[in-house]
Amino acid sequence: MALLDVRDLKVVFNRRGAEPFAAVDGVTFSVEPGQTVGLVGESGCGKSVTSLAIMGLLPKRGNTISGQVSFDGTDLLRLSDRQMRDRRGRDIGMIFQDPLSSLNPVIPIGVQVTEVLERHRNMKGSAAKKEAEGLLKSVGIPDPKRRLTEYPHQLSGGMRQRALIAIALACRPRLLIADEPTTALDVTIQAQILALLRRLVEETGTALIMITHDLGVVAGLCDTVNVLYGGRVVENADRHLLFAEPRHPYTHGLLGSVPRLDSNRGEPLRAIRGSVNDNIPWTAGCAFAPRCDHAINMCVEATPALENDGLRLLRCFNPVVPAKQGAKA
Amino acid sequence: MSMATRKRDKIDALVARSADQGGGVSLLGDAARRLARNPVAIVGAVIVVLFILLAIFAPWIAPKDPTTQYLIGEIRQNTPLPARDGFPLGTDQFGRDLLSRLIVGSRQSLIVGVMATLIGLVAGMIIGGVAGAVGGWVDSLLMRFTDILLSVPGLLLAISIAALAKEPSQWSVITAVAIVSVPIFARLLRGSMLAQRGTDHVLAARALGVKESTIVFRHMLPNSVSPVIVQATLTLATAIIDAAALSFLGLGDQDVSRAEWGAMLGEGARVYFDVAPSMTLWPGVAIVLVALGFTLLGESLREALDPKNRR
Repeated sequence: MALLDVRDLKVVFNRRGAEPFAAVDGVTFSVEPGQTVGLVGESGCGKSVTSLAIMGLLPKRGNTISGQVSFDGTDLLRLSDRQMRDRRGRDIGMIFQDPLSSLNPVIPIGVQVTEVLERHRNMKGSAAKKEAEGLLKSVGIPDPKRRLTEYPHQLSGGMRQRALIAIALACRPRLLIADEPTTALDVTIQAQILALLRRLVEETGTALIMITHDLGVVAGLCDTVNVLYGGRVVENADRHLLFAEPRHPYTHGLLGSVPRLDSNRGEPLRAIRGSVNDNIPWTAGCAFAPRCDHAINMCVEATPALENDGLRLLRCFNPVVPAKQGAKA
Repeated sequence: MSMATRKRDKIDALVARSADQGGGVSLLGDAARRLARNPVAIVGAVIVVLFILLAIFAPWIAPKDPTTQYLIGEIRQNTPLPARDGFPLGTDQFGRDLLSRLIVGSRQSLIVGVMATLIGLVAGMIIGGVAGAVGGWVDSLLMRFTDILLSVPGLLLAISIAALAKEPSQWSVITAVAIVSVPIFARLLRGSMLAQRGTDHVLAARALGVKESTIVFRHMLPNSVSPVIVQATLTLATAIIDAAALSFLGLGDQDVSRAEWGAMLGEGARVYFDVAPSMTLWPGVAIVLVALGFTLLGESLREALDPKNRR
């Protein structure tokens, strides 16, 4: 059985004096124990809202959440605040994008690590401190004893993200959600953090949901990938298959817009035209149609369903045909 | 090597040492270091420290007894006199030494200013803290209450509250001035608590399942108090001025044996301004100087605590 099973998750923001807006519009995916799953898409496609909905961290008012988020057989959306609070940090950990702002600036790192140990593992005093020291060591922070007494601003960016990973993994959760964990770091540090994450999830058997817009991160880390657009999954496939033969025009465009070192100098960078604002609602056809080079009449007349072709899930009427088998459709 | 650079080296060495010992440099420590390098802060701090020392040791510093009437020579009842031998600032209408009364009067200003600010601070922080932490209708209710207080000009409100007292006393002044400062503290703390609610580190703490009470007291409150600390320093200045104003209007301490700057200013200005302007001038100078000291200190504290100025 899947560790996490998200079914038809829908998050609608109710706006005063405007139509309600569905930031997440029926997202479905699952995560097996120990598996690393990527959620990919550009800004505004619903990646972060999905993760916050899973964690139960969306504000209570102003939105409507429906669907199902089963974690180990329990529907997280039906738990009380208290039950959910007991699970957060213990069963599911989360890492955020900006390591500096995710740490409390006025208390030492040590307190922020022991806090979660006290909360979920009933450790106190020197035992908690010792455990915290071990945790910092395990994420590769040198001289952990001294670092525990320091404040976030005294640590480098990479060190801070390591500390946050240590905090998130302190209670050995079975699922870790990483929301763009490397976006705020520079490239060399990014590689280190990704290697660390990969090592930790392999060692501990933690399942990982990797939320990112960086396809390099996906290529290096994820087992399967969900591509999100306009709050829906448009393509789901194994990492190798997705990179080798992207079928959805959006996935294809995303991969095509990654700059390449071996391209000719002066060759313009390829971008997907338009922006998320050009979407049409899913009820009126395919949300991506206005930006799609492959759009046919049908795309604005009917809503494509997420269909399984045996290898992958795809939501498109006129998918990209892999180059090997002939010319582009 | 100039004195300034030597001092700086010393501070840097201290910082390096504390880092070697494994101690982190806290935000407050960092702010204190920046404060020590700011000349405006030093001027303010010197005035404030002198004022506090003066108030504490007033009876020993004052050259003469502030309540004794020195009716000798040309000094007579109802004739305040300018500076003369033994009376560097002259005498008041009862033949008492003006300088000694000024020095002893610093006590009243300090007591009233500090007490009023402290009471206002505690009450304001409770109201603002609850409003910011609980939110919802509790927040709305408390904030409408502070809006009502804020809608009346501060001094006018203080006068009305002080006038309600059956018998004007030091405590009625303290209460009046404290109540005026409550809504400011409440609004400030509530505002920064609300801002904290939306920060990433509070969200991160939530994602770890940290209890709501811990989030409020460990993650929101400590990050919200610095504007309140600054405001407290600035409020000390206005509290001293407001208290003096109440005494000036006769709503202050009725104990005639205690010298009070506002009351001294009032008597001098109302009755003896033509004969002895010194009776009006010196208490006025004292009030302005002390208020200036607290304001300079408060403003530089604001600068030092501003995260934008961190280096």
